[in-house]
Amino acid sequence: MNFEYTFHWRPVLRKLPDLLEASLVTLQISVLSMVIGIVLGMCLALLRVNGPKPLAWVSTIWVETARNTPALFQLFFFSFGLGSFGWHLSPYLIVLFGLTFNNAGYLAENFRGGLQAVPDTQLRAARSLGMSSFQSYTRIIIPQVFRIVYHPMTNQLVWAVLMSSLAMIVGFRELAGETQALAFETFRIFEYFAVAALIYYVMVKFILGISKLIAWRMFRY
Amino acid sequence: MSEPISFFSGFGPNDLWYLAQAAWQTLIISVLAISTGTVLGIFFGWILSESKIAGAITLGLVLDAFRSIPLIIQLVLFYNLFTVVGIAISPFWAGVTILAVYTSALVANVARGGIEAVGSPMRRAGRSLGLSYFQTMQHVVWPIGLRAVFPSWVGVALGVLKDSALVSVLGHPELLKVARDLITRTQQPLLVLAVAGAFYFALSFPISRYAAHLERKWQS
Repeated sequence: MNFEYTFHWRPVLRKLPDLLEASLVTLQISVLSMVIGIVLGMCLALLRVNGPKPLAWVSTIWVETARNTPALFQLFFFSFGLGSFGWHLSPYLIVLFGLTFNNAGYLAENFRGGLQAVPDTQLRAARSLGMSSFQSYTRIIIPQVFRIVYHPMTNQLVWAVLMSSLAMIVGFRELAGETQALAFETFRIFEYFAVAALIYYVMVKFILGISKLIAWRMFRY
Repeated sequence: MSEPISFFSGFGPNDLWYLAQAAWQTLIISVLAISTGTVLGIFFGWILSESKIAGAITLGLVLDAFRSIPLIIQLVLFYNLFTVVGIAISPFWAGVTILAVYTSALVANVARGGIEAVGSPMRRAGRSLGLSYFQTMQHVVWPIGLRAVFPSWVGVALGVLKDSALVSVLGHPELLKVARDLITRTQQPLLVLAVAGAFYFALSFPISRYAAHLERKWQS
């Protein structure tokens, strides 16, 4: 084994501001896809549990596709697949839609479990107090579901951040994409990816810390 | 009269065979990575559950890093590390190795959960019946803990099956890489993606259904 490689960290450190800026893009796109994913996932779960037949089918297909194919495959669908219909999305939208599709599918399954964990006497009690179906869901059922699925949800957010690195392959310059672009300019591939790995690690720890803080604040009663 | 040369040609039956072979590659990579990763992961999980503080500081921290860094970054990083150190390794084995380590990090967490799910009264009962430490592990902790965490393990295995798609960044012709190449050649993205998706679905869906079935059977 011959060790002839010398590490050059300086060019990477000089580009550190670019990498940090790109990591903000990563956070932004992951959080946005998560927010839309929560709304869509809740709709999918409700439709699957007690929606009309055709919509329940759409929901089932969505959820099973999202869970049984690779996230990268889903990104390819939004880039090449929609391209064949003549819809050419920008790399940002490809990543956003891909992540959201995946998040919604996984979250829907979590929400479905959460919905089943809330006893249906809760719904009947709310209805008999004179609340409409919509009111009893938004005020009684869904808040309880959120409490049950809080931890799976924070995990999903972490997954979203990790998954957003696939953007590298579709050519969107969030942290991984930016790292790749810079790395292949300078051929300091190992150094760049090592720094990117460190930034991802810090981001994930940061998210988990914040979510613990929120959980402590929200669920302390 | 010469015919115009075309670089593109339609999707034919040969391409279906080509995709099937690529799906076989995906399956081999996943099976290798999941089996080695599981063995390693159970070992790591056992260490984590037995040595609370020392284990958590050293091994726990390293495994946690593998779980907190995107797999695609790990693949590029370690593949380049192999070249930096001067080890010639094929993309296939590099992919399998990195996936196996990644799997072991995920399984370690699951295995530790399983071992800790078997309460210490149960283990003490085993010991006071005259079983040795390893006998208790084998006949008490293993069967009970296994049932408790089997669904999570299946989740990890299915995740790794899908994550094996990322080995395509190293250039190994697994399912998604081949699909992408075929899209470039045939210009029929929807068809190729549908076939590739169907292969993934066929690999993943039966396992997840079977696991759900087992889980229900064990609960009753």
